Amino acid sequence: MNENFQNDSADALGEATFKTRRTRWQRLRIELKKAPPTAIFGMLVIITYIFVAIFAPLLAPYGEADNSFAALLPWGDGHLFGTDQIGRDIFSRLIYGTRNTMGIAFVTTLLAFVIGCGLGLISAINQSWLDQLISRAVDVLMAIPALIFALMMLSIFGSSVTSLIIIIAVLDSTRVFRLTRAVAVGVVVMDYVEAARLRGEGLGWVMRQEVLPNIMPPLVAEFALRFCFVFLTIAALSFLGLGIQPPAADWGSMVRETANMIQFANFDFKASLTPLLPAAAIALITVSVNFVADWLLQISSGLRDEH
Amino acid sequence: MNTKDDILLEMRDVRIEAFADEKWIQIINGVDLTLHRGEVLGLIGESGAGKSTLGKAAMGYSQPGTRISGGTILFDTMDMRTMPNTQKRHLLGTRMTYVSQSAAESFNPAYKLIDQTIAAIVREGLKSKREARADAVELYRSLNLPDPENIGLRYPHQVSGGQLQRVMIAMAMSPRPDLIIFDEPTTALDVTTQVEVLLSMRKIAEDFNTAAIYITHDLAVVAQMADRIKVLRYGEEVEEAETRTMLTEPKKDYTKSLWSVRMLHKEPETSEDVALLVNGVDAAYGRSLKVLHDVNISLPRGKTVAIVGESGSGKSTVARVITGLLPPKKGNVIFNGDVLPTEFKNRTKDQLRRVQMIYQMADTALNPRQTVGEIIGRPLEFYHGLGGRENEARVIELLEQIELNDSFYDRLPSDLSGGQKQRICIARALAAEPEVIICDEVTSALDQIVQEGILQLLMRLQRERGISYLFITHDMATVEAIADEIVVMYQGEVVEQGLKDEILNPPYHEYTELLLASVPEIDPDWLTRLLSTRASI
Repeated sequence: MNENFQNDSADALGEATFKTRRTRWQRLRIELKKAPPTAIFGMLVIITYIFVAIFAPLLAPYGEADNSFAALLPWGDGHLFGTDQIGRDIFSRLIYGTRNTMGIAFVTTLLAFVIGCGLGLISAINQSWLDQLISRAVDVLMAIPALIFALMMLSIFGSSVTSLIIIIAVLDSTRVFRLTRAVAVGVVVMDYVEAARLRGEGLGWVMRQEVLPNIMPPLVAEFALRFCFVFLTIAALSFLGLGIQPPAADWGSMVRETANMIQFANFDFKASLTPLLPAAAIALITVSVNFVADWLLQISSGLRDEH
Repeated sequence: MNTKDDILLEMRDVRIEAFADEKWIQIINGVDLTLHRGEVLGLIGESGAGKSTLGKAAMGYSQPGTRISGGTILFDTMDMRTMPNTQKRHLLGTRMTYVSQSAAESFNPAYKLIDQTIAAIVREGLKSKREARADAVELYRSLNLPDPENIGLRYPHQVSGGQLQRVMIAMAMSPRPDLIIFDEPTTALDVTTQVEVLLSMRKIAEDFNTAAIYITHDLAVVAQMADRIKVLRYGEEVEEAETRTMLTEPKKDYTKSLWSVRMLHKEPETSEDVALLVNGVDAAYGRSLKVLHDVNISLPRGKTVAIVGESGSGKSTVARVITGLLPPKKGNVIFNGDVLPTEFKNRTKDQLRRVQMIYQMADTALNPRQTVGEIIGRPLEFYHGLGGRENEARVIELLEQIELNDSFYDRLPSDLSGGQKQRICIARALAAEPEVIICDEVTSALDQIVQEGILQLLMRLQRERGISYLFITHDMATVEAIADEIVVMYQGEVVEQGLKDEILNPPYHEYTELLLASVPEIDPDWLTRLLSTRASI
């Protein structure tokens, strides 16, 4: 608003006395205190998931692939959520699933961002034949239906975790690239970027210090969205049998494996809920990540709801 | 002559609050304003003084994030604060209209000018579409727009900024309102265009006996337009008086300081030692758009050369050629006797360091995500390899040189005022320890009182460090304050270069004379005089 009076220096000195220096940590702590309940909820969920993922072997009552039990046991009786069709403890697999699904989705999204952001920034700053080359290559990649392309690549390279991560990351990085390039083009024309280039700064500095911090808000939002989409892609691929391979547990394939139990509703209502457990786990983390992303977006862009 | 019945607008004890830092802060602290029919009131003050906010409040309007929290606003005895929005909509655009600073941002690019001009009167059913169009053409004619019959058929991007501003005035005039609020209508225009717009506004206000509130920070302009002047500061009235009284005997110190700002003067000197030479430069954007023709400019060491001319004259292109952003088609730039590589990418770090640039808009020249310490510290680290504590100490030293202090070290540009931001830009340039600084309209976005501070700072730095300035500006008062030599540019060519005293005194070059004649003076008779000299030619 109008509080930024045009001070002459005398006023400026007066104003300075009640404005103390704050480090980044202090600023972060202040922001945390002001965080809305949704963001706190989201952070708690994410922290819990990370905790569960790290300490999965300690938390799970049985092993990930331990099928030494009777198949399709009901809830309770030493198996909190029963067992699946080949006698593995559902609760244990849910816990191990956190590790696989979260870990893979997170690494994939991160990789997609490293590739997409990097190339997007280079394109936006460079704006020469290199930009044309990368942009057209991305167009070609986006023209091929992603799932079919992923299936094709997975059948060529085999569905190991590494190739799964790389293939999904490359496919998803095309969208990150487009977003990054689009928002960065608007920042690149600013005088401060010109000033940095005239100073003689290299591409790396201009990318990291001048452009990237100014396009963070849409990227953070995109990260949360991408994370959810990667989840879904992995789940879809698992459903088709080319995702995370058994016996490793992941929520996507757990939904598929236990889907039939929903038919038991008339006989054992609790057991029929089993396929919803991994689905709920996916839903909860998705919503939480978005809550946190919304909040980060709000503090980094300065956008507030109207009062 | 003014009786009580004449009162058109009466604002009593108006209070307006803005929402910031989670609370409502009062930004207009009880201002009174009375406007009679046919009277022009000038509202002046620095930015942040609340001029625009008060002007908009006269329409019963407050921007999002602000609210009118107290006082009465009576327009022709109707209470604008309690009036329902539906009724207000009929009133605004017909009896009360608004001319904003940036016509370019106020027109819808998808519609023809004439349709936008008559939109309000046709909507209110005051005139038929045909009558309204005919009337709009008449208004265009009286505003001296070229080809008044057909200009309305163009789209906003097809006319110049000055023409667009006049079309906007025609739009505001077309319903023959009782009151027009002019919000800095000429600030974005060149001086030569500004004169035309000022003349048309005054003519129309006189012809139709329209009352107006004229908001500006330019005293010379307000002196031409207003019958009375009200000075605002920090949301409060400083003083109000008849224009002539106000100009000759301002009462308050603050008003006096506003009046004295434009009196800065530097005695011109020259030097044989040339720091920078622009040598026969031709430059073009793309293959076809040629913007510079055989430009020769020499910059003596430790002196200031001002490049003046209107927008489109190629002033800023000269800066782009010197910095190496736009390699010239012909000619070169000679620095300390050596030819500089045409592209900045091919220049050495040291060559880059010695020529620094300060931009017009400090807002876009400072990275909003970097703190002041990072902004000023970077050139120190980059050029001089200063790190850690040394870097911090030097930054604080530089902050003191630009008359700020170490409390600014951790601030972000958004925490600074316009003048402070420009000081930070100067400090960033100084950090490189340059020999030449190119200043591209560095004061034109600032208030006059802040301008003075910046100009004095620049002059002090020149005395202390012997820096040469290439000062690009369209403002003659700035030239008077800072220049040793002047380069006049027109349509990509250098019209003349010489010592300030020679250029600014007769015999004039033809174009220089036009430029000088268009600069408003703080004298209420200036525009009238200009008009009569024109008539006599």
